[in-house]
Amino acid sequence: MGNLLARSAENLFWLGRTLERVENLARIIEITETFARDYSERNWLSVVQINADEKRFFEKYSATDAPSVVGFYLLDGENPTSLPATLQAAHQNARALRPVISIEMWEQVNVMRHHWREVSAKDLAAPGLPRLCRRVRDQCQVHEGIVEGSLSHDEAWYYYRVGKAIERADQTTRLLDIKYHLLMPNIDAIGSALDSSQWNALLRAANGYQAFRRVYQGRMTPAAVAGFLLFSDSFPRSISLCVREITWMLSQLRSRYRLTGGVAAEEKLDEMRAVLGDITIEKIIDNGLHEFLDWLQRQFAGLTDDLREGFFGE
Amino acid sequence: MGDDAKGLLAGYDRGAFFCELTSYRNTNDPQIATVLDRLGRLEFADLSRRSAEAERELFNLGITFTVYSDRDSIDRILPFDVIPRLITGAEWSILEAGVVQRVQAINLFLADIYHDKRILKDKVVPAELVLGNSNYRPEMEGIDVACGTYAHVCGIDLIRDPQGIFCVLEDNARTPSGVSYVVENRTLMMRTFPDLMADLRIRPVDDYGIRLHAAMAEIAPNGAGAGGGDPQVVLLSPGIFNSAFFEHVFLAREMGVPLVEGRDLVVDDDKVFMKTTGGLERVHTIYRRLNDDFIDPEVFRPDSLLGVKGLMRAYRKGNVALANAVGTGIADDKAVYAYMPRIIRYYLGEEPILPNVETMICREPEGLSYTLDHLEELVVKPVGESGGYGLLIGPKASKEEIAEFRLKLRHDPSNYISQPMIGLSVVPTLTASGVAARHVDLRPFAVTGSSTWVLPGGLTRVALREGSIVVNSSQGGGSKDSWVLGGQNG
Repeated sequence: MGNLLARSAENLFWLGRTLERVENLARIIEITETFARDYSERNWLSVVQINADEKRFFEKYSATDAPSVVGFYLLDGENPTSLPATLQAAHQNARALRPVISIEMWEQVNVMRHHWREVSAKDLAAPGLPRLCRRVRDQCQVHEGIVEGSLSHDEAWYYYRVGKAIERADQTTRLLDIKYHLLMPNIDAIGSALDSSQWNALLRAANGYQAFRRVYQGRMTPAAVAGFLLFSDSFPRSISLCVREITWMLSQLRSRYRLTGGVAAEEKLDEMRAVLGDITIEKIIDNGLHEFLDWLQRQFAGLTDDLREGFFGE
Repeated sequence: MGDDAKGLLAGYDRGAFFCELTSYRNTNDPQIATVLDRLGRLEFADLSRRSAEAERELFNLGITFTVYSDRDSIDRILPFDVIPRLITGAEWSILEAGVVQRVQAINLFLADIYHDKRILKDKVVPAELVLGNSNYRPEMEGIDVACGTYAHVCGIDLIRDPQGIFCVLEDNARTPSGVSYVVENRTLMMRTFPDLMADLRIRPVDDYGIRLHAAMAEIAPNGAGAGGGDPQVVLLSPGIFNSAFFEHVFLAREMGVPLVEGRDLVVDDDKVFMKTTGGLERVHTIYRRLNDDFIDPEVFRPDSLLGVKGLMRAYRKGNVALANAVGTGIADDKAVYAYMPRIIRYYLGEEPILPNVETMICREPEGLSYTLDHLEELVVKPVGESGGYGLLIGPKASKEEIAEFRLKLRHDPSNYISQPMIGLSVVPTLTASGVAARHVDLRPFAVTGSSTWVLPGGLTRVALREGSIVVNSSQGGGSKDSWVLGGQNG
């Protein structure tokens, strides 16, 4: 068997990324709806900020109330970061990949899209919204199970996993950046129940609430939360773990398939690992968390460019 | 009639037509008796439910074609009717031999007209009909193709008259489609009707991809795959927005080869390469599902973004094989079709095993005057069209429609042929209100590398509208499973 078509590799990368994005978006909206009722407008604004959609959003809406933000992300197919648009992109990638991926993988994405096409405004009314988000998350997780059980763990699998890991890491940096800086001023009102519930919501939005608890038990500080999301060596969405996984996958492509397209990306990853291994969360916060997260985001964007040049034939 | 039908088929009336199920009732073939008996015992409600489940599964699996509107795309299934049509082992032997003969003649004809043109010099086929035809490709003159094969994949459309005689209605030598439905329909039947199919010896259809890949490897350029590997075969598709994209997926998947688009290929030093994650890799055979017009902007339509610049240079040099070859459209032209019995006799010295439907050629004065005198009885077809568009069905047309068509025919007679209206055979078909007779045709698929193999059965297309004889999917047609009985060895 020869090497994978460059276009297929790119489609796999984006299939992994877009479905991860769908899962994250559904989770963030579900958590915001459920746990962030206080400071409602500010919390819904943060969803828009996480997706860097301020400009597009305020062209259409004047206030970040729940119906506007939910409608913008769950119903508006013209918004390219909306769930229907992202799912449509995933579906398009999966369609182009049909000869490469397993039939079950394709069928499940196809059915997911068919389901979503039947969703309308009335499905978002309470208590339908959390249920709907939960269904999408379930479908994304079923998808991941199907991938593990039915996609050959060959070259194709690595591009899919790299895409997924980059998206996870990118989502974690965005979430942490916006939420941390949203919640920090409230630190003055130390010890209020409201504060810890907002930090809990941040962890839940990253799907890390329980994982954090197991590590930190009763201790909960903003620095601990930020450190956990950046440095945990076992939480699936931490930056360190994603960087480690991407590094491993690119080295596999090099050693198992003699593919050298990932060399530039590997150099970037080496640099990131060195920085992450050398620095503490206190130091990062002293120097500016936002600046550090911004640097990480630029690194991940650079990785995507390196892969595009190295593997995807551009 | 006299069919002693019971149960589900009790009210079934095949009319004056041959029925692909019930006309076999008195043949004493135990397998056919079993099928009819089992079908008769099915409840209408059960059949309807299973049919709906089968169609849902086709939809979920994306065994669909896509219809685009301004803002949206809608996936549609080809409607699937769950009641199969039968072909006996003995009938199939004849059909198979007839299809092989026809494909052989088509390939000899193509080799001849692109080289010595003997058949034109001997005036068996009028030279201007071939050389002046828009489907004739002068670019192919003098090019030698592997195994002398031009039409590697051929679909021969057959219909069956009230006497039960199969005739050829049309040849498809360009990129005939529908084979994916044959294979997928069978899988679906096996899942939905295990009770109906149990212990019957139905010839399998699932090795189509293996046979196709073998033929594609046979025609690869000399020396391809030297160094141990197989020749690199790819399927060239216009892409995901093409309405037949599912079939392209199916074929690539079943052959186990990459599905490429024009932008994935590049020609360098008159050789074809595909862009992979490891750089450029040589391609030896291209099964292309792209019309001649689009394959190489250097030679054909310069505005084509779907093709590959320089492909024809590589092809001429013998560095890549194309299936089907360029220029096969001349062999399935409806005007050339009329000469096919003479073409078979000319090259093979044999009588055609499968007759043509009697055809009048309107470019010839006798043909035109006969057609004009009998418009009410004839089916008149434009020669350049496909998909069932632009034809007149005399017996079903109004006086105004006939008058209007008469003007068109007089204005451009050489664009038309005419044929008597054939009472197409029928098969019991599920409708909203019960099981009723609907007209069908049959498209067997032939795959040719160094020799020809015919997929047992083929695509049965069914006109779902009552009384309609137009089976095309664009005109409200569906499909059925086609069972060749008798097992692997007859």
